Amino acid sequence: MDQKRKDPFKKYDLTLMERLYFPAIMKGMGVTLSHFFKKPVTIQYPEQKPEVSHRWRGRHVLKRDEFGRERCVGCQMCELACPADAITIQAGEVPKERRHLHTTERYAITYEIDMLRCIYCGLCEEACPEAAIFLTPYYEFVEDSRDKLIYTKEKLTEKTGGPIFYKD
Amino acid sequence: MLKQVIDRAIAEETALDERDLYDLNLGPSHPAMHGIFENRVKLDGERIIKCEAHIGYCHRSFEKLSEHYSYNQVNTITDRMNYVSSMANNIGWVIAAEKLLGIEVPKMVQYVRVIMFEINRIIDHMICNGILGVDAGAYTGFLYFMEHREFAYRIFEKMVGARLTTNFCRVGGLDRPLYPDFKEDVLEWIKPIPAVLKEFNLLLTRNRIFIERCRDVSAISGERALEYGFSGPNLRAAGVNYDLRKNRPYSSYEDFDFEIPLGGNGDVYDRYMVRMEEMNQSLRIIEQAAKNMPEGPWHADVPEIFLPEKKDVYSNMEAMIYHFKIIMHGICPPEGEVYQAVEAPNGELGFFCVSDGGPNPYRLHFRSPCMYYYQGIEELLHNSLIADAVLTISSMNAIAGELER
Ligand code: SF4
Ligand code: SF4
Repeated sequence: MDQKRKDPFKKYDLTLMERLYFPAIMKGMGVTLSHFFKKPVTIQYPEQKPEVSHRWRGRHVLKRDEFGRERCVGCQMCELACPADAITIQAGEVPKERRHLHTTERYAITYEIDMLRCIYCGLCEEACPEAAIFLTPYYEFVEDSRDKLIYTKEKLTEKTGGPIFYKD
Repeated sequence: MLKQVIDRAIAEETALDERDLYDLNLGPSHPAMHGIFENRVKLDGERIIKCEAHIGYCHRSFEKLSEHYSYNQVNTITDRMNYVSSMANNIGWVIAAEKLLGIEVPKMVQYVRVIMFEINRIIDHMICNGILGVDAGAYTGFLYFMEHREFAYRIFEKMVGARLTTNFCRVGGLDRPLYPDFKEDVLEWIKPIPAVLKEFNLLLTRNRIFIERCRDVSAISGERALEYGFSGPNLRAAGVNYDLRKNRPYSSYEDFDFEIPLGGNGDVYDRYMVRMEEMNQSLRIIEQAAKNMPEGPWHADVPEIFLPEKKDVYSNMEAMIYHFKIIMHGICPPEGEVYQAVEAPNGELGFFCVSDGGPNPYRLHFRSPCMYYYQGIEELLHNSLIADAVLTISSMNAIAGELER
């Protein structure tokens, strides 16, 4: 600190007017005041919802196909790809009488995602070879206990089927 | 004034009795610390006689964890290092992994990465300088910056689907194709930034109180900074011209025309000014990159490394086999090691990765810039005032997530 000050930012040195401080503080107040009349950028959250993009990585959904059959075949690829170990799958053979509900003879007996472990990275979606799991733009899932946030297959699977869709 | 205080302090130091000193824990969760930093300071009145910086309070063992992760899964860890500029970390990591694998990604991917990197640099500097203002008692400028950071996050959201933990890019390309209006959105975003910076200058840079709070506070010489291993804006503020974007260009940085702002004293004011100037330069880079962005595929043509398109997986046998292979066996780079550093917003972010030919890194080390800044804190805070300590730490742009990994 003893050495002389080098000043590469000399051009930013204050003018006399600014050094007097009072005019400068007025200018600063002017900036703030100009913002006072601008449209507010904040939104009133629970009443007003922000628009999120369709790529948003939120709550998962397990898809059904056009005929309402479960797409998931219990291959456990998503479980393998998950960096947070949030997915737990028990796979098994489809019983004969339920065969019409599934696309192949294998299915996930239980399929659980721990929404509290999940980091919403989207790697499960990338890993799934059957277009069965997708992350949706839904982001409000608050519960009052941890157990309720372990989503089971019933919660995750969508109610009606639809055509396959490719998320860009 | 300050100089006299410090001179007197140095003169008095020998006469001090340990018992007269006051111990203060500045951190781990102190309102003036941005993140979990643990500092124990010994005070004589308001003057810091000794500062002990403790590192490791929130260590999350990222390096060990990544030894069990595949190369793409490690990406999710890098998000959580410097969470202010997570995309910069993602990009740094994939560039390192690509270097290990020997992949050349298409020009378009490189340009998109540069754009995202520079947007991250701007928002990181906005936060750092804004917070510096907050610490000095000027809250307003920070809020004006937050507005534009929010708009940047909307671009991220459209691009990858997340705002903070982006998980952007995969080894070998982007994570998904660009959305249609990407270029327009980016150009739209940079348009108001110069005006915002001007406004911020009016509020803070041209404010006498702020300048007097910052000038000559915790100055460090260029040589000393180099000895500590400083990098990034903190090193450039000390007058050392070292920027990886110029010195060791990666991801097509050599294509762009920009300048490296340099400081001279390495004090809080110079660090602040270097960041303000860098934002202008980043705007130039973004504009050039967005305007000259070439057309092209969004990933390199490496079927054994990059996941095939979903459409093909369902219909094409070959794509399906590659898909299964990549997910089940992972990406297996050849045996060897690589060090790749990128100029992250707060300094040189390096990745040292050793591969034993398996699907997981054998050893991965993150060279996080904050680690080295934080070593210097003890010296910088020595004999400064407690109010300056807060400014010093926030001007270093140390991020707890990255410091302790
Ligand atoms: S989004 Fe990521 S963390 Fe969550 S279940 Fe899928 S792979 Fe696991
Ligand atoms: S969701 Fe997809 S990846 Fe996961 S088990 Fe079902 S079919 Fe396999």
